[in-house]
Amino acid sequence: MTAFLVVLVIILFGVAVWQMNKVFQLSKPNQSEDSELATNDDNNTQGYLMLGFVFFIYGLLAYCFWKWGNVLLPEAASEHGLEIDQLMLITMALIFFTGIFTQWLLHYFAFVYRGDKDKKALFYAENHKLEFIWTIIPVVVLAALIIYGLFTWSDIMTVDEDDDPIIVELYAYQFAWRARYAGADNTLGEANVRLIEGVNQLGVDMSDPNAQDDKVVNELHLPIGKKVLFKMRSQDVLHSAFMPHFRLQMNCVPGMITQFAMTPNKTTEEMRLNEVIVAKVEHINELRTKKNIDLIANGDEALEMYEFDYLLLCNKICGSNHFNMQMKIVVESEEEYNAWLAQQATLVETLKK
Amino acid sequence: MSEHANNHDDHGHHHKETFVTKYIFSQDHKMISKQYLITGLFMGIIGIAMSLLFRMQLAWPDHQFTVYEIFLGKWAEGGVMDPNIYLALVTIHGTIMVFFVLTAGLSGTFSNLLIPLQIGARDMASGFLNMVSYWLFFLSSVIMLLSLFVEAGPANAGWTIYPPLSALPQAIPGSGTGMTLWLVSMAIFIASSLLGSLNYIVTVLNLRTKGMSMTRLPLTIWSFFVTAIIGVVSFPVLLSAALMLIMDRSFGTSFFLSDIYIAGEVLHNQGGSPVLFEHLFWFLGHPEVYIVILPAMGLVSEIMATNARKPIFGYRAMIASIISIAFLSTIVWGHHMFVTGMNPFLGSVFTFTTLLIAIPSAVKAFNWITTLWKGNLKMNTGMLFSIGFVSTFISGGLTGLVLGDSALDINVHDTMFVVAHFHLVMGISALYGLFAGVYHWFPKMFEGRMLNKKLGYIHFWITAIGAYGVFFPMHFIGMAGLPRRYYTNSNFPYFDDLMDINVVITWFAFFAAAGQLVFLYNFIHSMFFGKVGPKNPWNATTLEWTAEVKHIHGNWDGPIPEVHRWPYDYSKMNKDDSDYVIAGQDFVPQDHPIQDNEEELTH
Repeated sequence: MTAFLVVLVIILFGVAVWQMNKVFQLSKPNQSEDSELATNDDNNTQGYLMLGFVFFIYGLLAYCFWKWGNVLLPEAASEHGLEIDQLMLITMALIFFTGIFTQWLLHYFAFVYRGDKDKKALFYAENHKLEFIWTIIPVVVLAALIIYGLFTWSDIMTVDEDDDPIIVELYAYQFAWRARYAGADNTLGEANVRLIEGVNQLGVDMSDPNAQDDKVVNELHLPIGKKVLFKMRSQDVLHSAFMPHFRLQMNCVPGMITQFAMTPNKTTEEMRLNEVIVAKVEHINELRTKKNIDLIANGDEALEMYEFDYLLLCNKICGSNHFNMQMKIVVESEEEYNAWLAQQATLVETLKK
Repeated sequence: MSEHANNHDDHGHHHKETFVTKYIFSQDHKMISKQYLITGLFMGIIGIAMSLLFRMQLAWPDHQFTVYEIFLGKWAEGGVMDPNIYLALVTIHGTIMVFFVLTAGLSGTFSNLLIPLQIGARDMASGFLNMVSYWLFFLSSVIMLLSLFVEAGPANAGWTIYPPLSALPQAIPGSGTGMTLWLVSMAIFIASSLLGSLNYIVTVLNLRTKGMSMTRLPLTIWSFFVTAIIGVVSFPVLLSAALMLIMDRSFGTSFFLSDIYIAGEVLHNQGGSPVLFEHLFWFLGHPEVYIVILPAMGLVSEIMATNARKPIFGYRAMIASIISIAFLSTIVWGHHMFVTGMNPFLGSVFTFTTLLIAIPSAVKAFNWITTLWKGNLKMNTGMLFSIGFVSTFISGGLTGLVLGDSALDINVHDTMFVVAHFHLVMGISALYGLFAGVYHWFPKMFEGRMLNKKLGYIHFWITAIGAYGVFFPMHFIGMAGLPRRYYTNSNFPYFDDLMDINVVITWFAFFAAAGQLVFLYNFIHSMFFGKVGPKNPWNATTLEWTAEVKHIHGNWDGPIPEVHRWPYDYSKMNKDDSDYVIAGQDFVPQDHPIQDNEEELTH
């Protein structure tokens, strides 16, 4: 694969040099004129190259989709994520349409109207009607996008407490995550970094009655179809809780509690069967198998085969191990979730140990 | 006016220029502009070299490269790059490119060169402040480069230097002396930028020659003028943020810090908020991208009209869009902060203003395209870069619709998608503007010498292919969910399949960087041995081409020319449509009086 790509780049370089050479040759006869000014031949060659370039852009776009379309994120695994995906699709369609159209106009005009000493340009300074049209079209299209976007945004960000969401705290520190479940009362105990001591790594105030049944864990489990309200805290610097599959992101800010609510709609098991994920995992394992051949030959430990899991990533530069600050997320049925949660020790139990 | 001119000339005969007053502490705007350009290019070489190093790390994280050890020394022992130095490279690359290359190198160079020449002035309003402005810029560059050599490494909290990371050396080693030097350097840079901007504003307002009304100014001047205004409005805010950060770091205040437990102890700071810093930072940070792109837009408009042999389409609409972009740019900063914990209602407001800014941008893009329509395009290198500019500005600008929409931003915020977006729309586009300007006005800077056009063509095509090759695929790894500023994406398996794309991007980056060597050679060679072209090589209408080819203090040997028309009378026909206004010449210079046989436009 790498070799193929290297070859591809070398070929592209070759093509570029060849084209340049053509430019050289075509512009040679006119060297006696003002040689640093574009001649008729230059205009011609460069005009054709401009036309070629727009096809290069289209080709690159097509190639990227054909080759790497499979790395993109699968369908959203949360309810609000589906709305975002829908809006994204519409926006992308608009972007592609406008992009392809305007790039074509730009490069095609550069080609068609390439200079010629016998040609005259048209003195065309203004046309209020035209300018009005291409002001009003973006205005209308953007107004629609803005309104759609704002409704989606306020849907996502407005948390209705009546839905009785499960409250979970996401706690970020250099360079890992912890989650704190609120326990039976579904209310988190007060916490502050000033209270961090020994096993009480999150600085939970143990004198707060709400804190007694809180559970601190290092793997996030969520029941499918239930609304979860994440309360984010950070211990040291800015972090960002990013769950790409759920279309969820919120910064964790020291001295402040931020929040984001979502309802997962696909269990980990279901997602593992999603065709995009199946293809992705297959591809990744292919790559890993290939790597393992070298690793084993060198007497190193082989890489494990990969199985899909949802991830919580840190998405705000936070220090040297930023690239590895992650936590596994498991979405499961409510029974499995309850069973798992029951096994976890409460803070009181942990502190007693 | 002419009286003044004579006085000036007499004055000029009195003192002999020494090497120091001519080349070093020069107060002549043309020399200062060259100083800006060369300093900017030098910083650019460093910035691009850094990007190659971290691109190598991203493409081949498992390999050991001796080249790391050569350049990074103790931070890459055995050819393995330290994650901290990776972050430092990313940070300093961003800082250098945004501030030192695209702000000072672009706006500093061309505002200085073109404002006096195109408005018909002998020099800037204050030559002395202009000189001070350059030397402060030079000093800040030196300090920034010195910070690369400190014991614990240069600043590495990202170019946005969000506290607490940038405030606490316990959090990351670069936040020690490295960050102190970064802040000092930036404070000096801001002083330099303010002195420069005030000078540009005063010069444009007061020193226009007779007949040069505001609506006869070339679009270059309009864009420099408005850029200077947003600089003056927003840079002081960054200075205040920097000062508060310095206080938090060194004097125990808590502007941005609160409730922090780090390295086993609780800090005393309480009540501050990092979100405040983000507001202050982006109040400059967002106008900053327009400070970078507006001058490029001005240069491109001018070069495009000249080479298309057509007036720029919709001159007034272009001015109106420059002004509205500038105004809107100061009220959109919050779109960098949708997911920072800022009130979601504010997010809605900023989405609204942000998508509004797409309107003047769209108008500009359509106007450029229409300028090409039915033109007689002279494919000079400057023109190629101008067309390239419009192309990357559109490609990069369109993805802004995703990022500016708060709901969509949630999932692409801080991913590689953002990196691809802003590199195309402000990085590459502004660089194209810079290159277009250098190719076009090189004869004005170096006394008639021109850059070699063939090398110019090679430079353009390599850059154009390389730029898209780097940043097109980068959108895909962003959409795949890969966060930016990751030292490697293969530490856990989920992003393993992005490795191939990273390799392709890195090869294209090398390809594009190789193209810049062609430019560098062309630049240095032509500076001394370039062919001397005609006085007005591109047959342009603007005043700078009526000034003396040889650099003299005061620009025009005789009186300053008087202006009689707008700057875009290209291919204008006479009343009975039988020939151009000036028979056989497809342009009418601005200092040419209105002829009997032409219709006068409202300009």
